[in-house]
Amino acid sequence: MNHVEKTVAAIKAKFPEAVEDVIGFRGETTVVVKPESILAVSRFIHDDPELNYTYLADLAGVDYYPDEPRFAISYIPYAMAANARFRLKVYLPGDDPQLDSVTGVWRNADWFEREAFDMLGIKFNNHPDLRRLLMPADWVGHPHRKDYPLGYEEVQFSFNWREVDAKKPYAKD
Amino acid sequence: MGLEQKLGNMGVVTMTLEQTVNWSRTNAMWPMLFGLACCAMEMISMQAPAYDVSRFGMELMRASPRQSDLMIVAGRVSRKMAPVLRRLYDQMPDPKWVVAMGDCASCGGIFNNYAIVQGVDEVVPVDVYVAGCPPRPEALIHGLMTLHEKVKKEKITTWK
Amino acid sequence: MADLRELETTLDELKHLFSERAQTGETMVLNMGPQHPSTHGVLRLILELDGETVVHAIPDIGYLHTGIEKNMEAKTYLQALVMTDRLDYLNNIGNNLTYCLAIEKLMDVQVPERAQVLRVLMAELQRIASHLVWLGTHCIDLAALSILLYCFRDREHIMDIFEMVSGQRMMTSYIRPGGVWRDVPPGFEEAVKDFLDYIPAKLDDYERLLTNNPIFKQRTQDVGYVSAEAALMWGMTGPSLRGSGVNYDVRKAMPYCGYETYEFDVPLETGGDVYARYRCRMREFRESIKICRQALDRLSKTKGPVITSDRKVAPPPRSELSTSMEALIHHFKLFTEGFSPPKGEVYAATESPRGELGVYLVSGGAPKPRRVHYRCPSFANLQVLNYVAEGHLVADLVAIVGSIDIVLGDVDR
Repeated sequence: MNHVEKTVAAIKAKFPEAVEDVIGFRGETTVVVKPESILAVSRFIHDDPELNYTYLADLAGVDYYPDEPRFAISYIPYAMAANARFRLKVYLPGDDPQLDSVTGVWRNADWFEREAFDMLGIKFNNHPDLRRLLMPADWVGHPHRKDYPLGYEEVQFSFNWREVDAKKPYAKD
Repeated sequence: MGLEQKLGNMGVVTMTLEQTVNWSRTNAMWPMLFGLACCAMEMISMQAPAYDVSRFGMELMRASPRQSDLMIVAGRVSRKMAPVLRRLYDQMPDPKWVVAMGDCASCGGIFNNYAIVQGVDEVVPVDVYVAGCPPRPEALIHGLMTLHEKVKKEKITTWK
Repeated sequence: MADLRELETTLDELKHLFSERAQTGETMVLNMGPQHPSTHGVLRLILELDGETVVHAIPDIGYLHTGIEKNMEAKTYLQALVMTDRLDYLNNIGNNLTYCLAIEKLMDVQVPERAQVLRVLMAELQRIASHLVWLGTHCIDLAALSILLYCFRDREHIMDIFEMVSGQRMMTSYIRPGGVWRDVPPGFEEAVKDFLDYIPAKLDDYERLLTNNPIFKQRTQDVGYVSAEAALMWGMTGPSLRGSGVNYDVRKAMPYCGYETYEFDVPLETGGDVYARYRCRMREFRESIKICRQALDRLSKTKGPVITSDRKVAPPPRSELSTSMEALIHHFKLFTEGFSPPKGEVYAATESPRGELGVYLVSGGAPKPRRVHYRCPSFANLQVLNYVAEGHLVADLVAIVGSIDIVLGDVDR
């Protein structure tokens, strides 16, 4: 069996109660685990010499509003020696989403987790420096949430030129 | 530039003060290095040999606002960057002009959302808008020549 | 007036980032602000300096945050494609390509062979253009001004080729889901061939000026050393990783667009410093030229459509619209409502000039994407700056930032 199947079998053997689902779609495998066990699973696949997932390619947050569980974080670890990649997914509830940080396992998760905090409001426990990353430090709200407005401004055509022009805050010198 | 009167072969030319000052202001306007995003690439291409802006005396882009006359806002201005932009504009000494290069600086461009200031004229007063995403270097040069014409029409009573 | 209050940040809030010496004033905390000639865009670095030596260099990003990912959720898949050009604005074709690969994976669409060849050719030309900008801006930071002018002169040829093909110099949106937008016009193959004959001599010139130049070597050797373990730990990819000796290139590891059928090497250097990364990228120029020649060869031999014939994904050619009713309906549906991929999520990765560029696409079965997340290489590579810059002078910091080759559109999205 190939490396990804071996990985899934190993995770299921070591953490039988943590694995919620295994999905195969378009040649990719997604392993859904419980949020409490993500740190243990990450450390296991990182440290185990046969699995050897030493590199984290991506850490992304998704907002599934209005479905519950609302948030999901998807990790994409990559084993360079075996050239194998799969997805670890964690679902989080809508109010007060919290998760253990994996910066102890993969150091480059640092800024990805800060971005997930900034954009979606997911708090990471034991993160070395959880501050806003992309938005100004005093910004209120988490922009990538589905209930956050896009901030769309009315487009100025010739028929509504005067109305929009009156409302536009032009700069004085 | 207009010659009011050329007094024979004495090598003397008369002009109004207004015309002289306006002409000298246009001939070596130093832009401030304010390339933010993709438009900055076209602005640098404009300085490159193919579209040479050095013929206008503008190849010298000063990084310091205190030493520049012209601010070409090239690229999208985010809400985090807007106070910085205003501060740099305030630090420029008079006379100063602003060219909003590209669609994002003129009106917010294709990004009609929470993060981008919808037109840099919400932050600084703009003299010339150059459209395009990104505008070709030739379009930007046309914008600069339009600015030159605008400066040449300035009156002595509206000088800053 | 837009909100122009400036944020008053005191040292207290950022205390945990600096050493204790900053509290007593023994070291100085300085701002290398968003507007700076050497930071390649709007990157703000908060430096803690002991004299001229850097103790900490904390990047403060977000000055170019455009909310592209959220804005793409409000548009159909094809409309969102136009926005992807503007992410990493030196790798427009690559951004389009990665997005289209994700859509094609999601919808299980086959791309015709001529389109694959065109995609590879365009992507490699884009890589050459991006590396030319890197070389120019890196050298101007190290005070070799003429290289900038030379590189931009050469880049104009590539811009002319892009304009010939798509009408736009930079933001081409040439690569569409299912293939490419349209076939290349006559005169394209001669233009590319002329460029490929012209550029190697110029690259030799630049190498002759720089590679054995004692001033250049003094400024770049043993500066910004990143060991292989550290590079992997910090998740670096691209020439920055290959300059430290780790052989990872997405084109070889997980090939796309038929890259496994092209013959090329992946340059590997073991120095780990700025000089090694420079040499790695100079060799990548040559490899890209090799791939371009092979692709151009194949282009003349491969005839056929340049976009898939699956009308649920790609619009029909305009000539059909006047004769076929179905073509008209497909055209109408595609451009008003857009196609709806099945529910699911995929991750597609390509090798951008900066590293591994990945798109994580979540579809909810609607014509608009549910979530598009870009795994941007500059974002991941920039995290290493604080670790690398310690103990260097400020002038070396500028060289390090240039050698990691960040593009702020990539970092901030």
